[in-house]
Amino acid sequence: MNLRADIAGPAYRGKTASGGFAHGPFVRLEGGATDGRSPGGPHDEVPALRDALAKASRQIAALAASAGIEAAQILEFQLELLDDEDFLEPVFTAVADGTAADAAWAMALDAQIADYNSAPDEYLRARSADLADLRDRVIRALRGGEAEGLSIPRGAIVCADDLPPSRFLEIDWSSGGGLALLQGSPTSHVAILARAHGVPMVVQLGVIAERAATALLDGDSAVLELDPTAGQVGRFERRRDRNGRDRASAAALLHRPTAAWGGHKINILINIQSAKDLEHPHAQYADGVGLMRTEFLLDGHAGLPDEEAQYRAYDAVLRWAGARPVTIRTFDAGGDKPIPGFTIDGEANPFLGVRGIRLCLARPEVFRVQLRALARAAVRGNLKVMFPMVTMPQELDAGRRIFVEAVAELQSEGIAAALPEVGMMVEVPAAALTIEGFEASFFSIGSNDLMQYLMACDRTNGSLGELIDPLHPALLELIGRTADYGRHAGISVSLCGEMAGNPGCIPALLSCGVREFSVSPSALARIKQTIDTLSRGDGCG
Amino acid sequence: MMLETRKSNSHTITGSVRLIHDAGLHARPAVKLTKLAKKFQAQISIRAGESADWINAKSVAKVMAMRASRDSTIEIKASGEDAEAAVAAMVDLVARDFPDNTP
Repeated sequence: MNLRADIAGPAYRGKTASGGFAHGPFVRLEGGATDGRSPGGPHDEVPALRDALAKASRQIAALAASAGIEAAQILEFQLELLDDEDFLEPVFTAVADGTAADAAWAMALDAQIADYNSAPDEYLRARSADLADLRDRVIRALRGGEAEGLSIPRGAIVCADDLPPSRFLEIDWSSGGGLALLQGSPTSHVAILARAHGVPMVVQLGVIAERAATALLDGDSAVLELDPTAGQVGRFERRRDRNGRDRASAAALLHRPTAAWGGHKINILINIQSAKDLEHPHAQYADGVGLMRTEFLLDGHAGLPDEEAQYRAYDAVLRWAGARPVTIRTFDAGGDKPIPGFTIDGEANPFLGVRGIRLCLARPEVFRVQLRALARAAVRGNLKVMFPMVTMPQELDAGRRIFVEAVAELQSEGIAAALPEVGMMVEVPAAALTIEGFEASFFSIGSNDLMQYLMACDRTNGSLGELIDPLHPALLELIGRTADYGRHAGISVSLCGEMAGNPGCIPALLSCGVREFSVSPSALARIKQTIDTLSRGDGCG
Repeated sequence: MMLETRKSNSHTITGSVRLIHDAGLHARPAVKLTKLAKKFQAQISIRAGESADWINAKSVAKVMAMRASRDSTIEIKASGEDAEAAVAAMVDLVARDFPDNTP
């Protein structure tokens, strides 16, 4: 690639999905491109295709084994298609007649994708992305010799129209690199993965040059620069270094005991999925665990987890926390988190269906096992338990009643158990508007779902753009209302959604009266620094 | 719910059942259906409605392409040694709305 130092490379602006900086080779992932492979005759191509299909099957099966239930179900469909003789037969016939294996495969899949895309049914149209994923996987396998992690060099800026989570997980991000998507959404599952892995990611870049040798990706400013000049690289490195110093000073702040703002002590806790997340180097500086999700316990292949397995999982976190509080949320399944054997299949609109506490109350035999495990863990540390998706006071009361029974049951069996503080998530607008009616020991505002239900916006839908605004006055009104009531009634109120980890939202949340935040371990330093900066008066009135 | 199986001649067993799945015959139920069909030796065909073409119940691509919607009637026919058991199992799967604990 010719590089002329005096002509600036093209720059494109998108939207930030994950902050950070990456400078490396530019790799454009094409859907269905077949260049770079010289096909042999039918005698070579038929076995080549058979091998590629087998290799793709093995890769998908391995991914399914390590993926969550939701992803595994999508992968099952891909596996079933690879085992569909009716579907494969015309492909093999075409190859036997002299068509190159990759071309025949791509044609068959493209026809299927076009068919799905023409469907009036949105669900079927959405499946076409899974087919594209499968098409590309087999083509990669056909190109042969590639490691499982594709042929992407380490540290590359990977560019694609969009990227399914399975592809993201296959790429080796351990040496850096970044993700530049022409479409995509900052709230997609891939974006959540990118933030969790600390991979800079920019979405909605639109139309860009097809080819480049190297690229600069600035996740903070949402800018992609292709084939940069020395001047562009210099400016990029200065931005990156300044950002690095900010991060270092943020990390230095971590050692200070607690953040404060306007004379109020501010607690910053962490959100975790399991005890494994406590290995993050910053986790130790948290004021406690503000949200431990428990759905991961349901992801095993051995059915629903028994009381002992759950007790061990909760106990591990309590032992880590010592005297610090640990808030565990009971199973929040349903909605986008279907669990075979637990959630209700085939709901027309699962987000408005039997999910969260509604599901637990509908399946008391599953709920009771979890509450027994929690009651046993309660004697081991500073445990608080909250129910998700509470809409009406009677749901909170019904959940607590089962909890009280579980404690009594355990004690009558001679097993040490206690009733911990019982609180609730505030994530249904109706609950926020009638907060005075709930007899909870604490409230935790789940801003993601609260915003989604309040604004009638699916936050993973990239085309809703401006409508997904965490600073919308309607949302701040509900948060402020909840915090006000908590202050007057002496009930603690924390916020554990994505907003808490977004420095731009912190001033508004502090003004609303929120004094406790729960964020991912990787956001802890930045939020502590944000509050420290605000407390010194620069930036907040 | 319609649910019946009958022997139409000495070799072919047929059955029909109404699809009650909310979202119609989509990826998850289609995968369950083809996986079940493949457990039988019999040749199994299905169609959604009398005017439709019979398709191979062991092909997930064909089953998805059928785009059977909620409340459509799925007709099943099978021939071969275990045809009777196959039709009964297929009717049961659809009638019970594709339960997750299907072995």
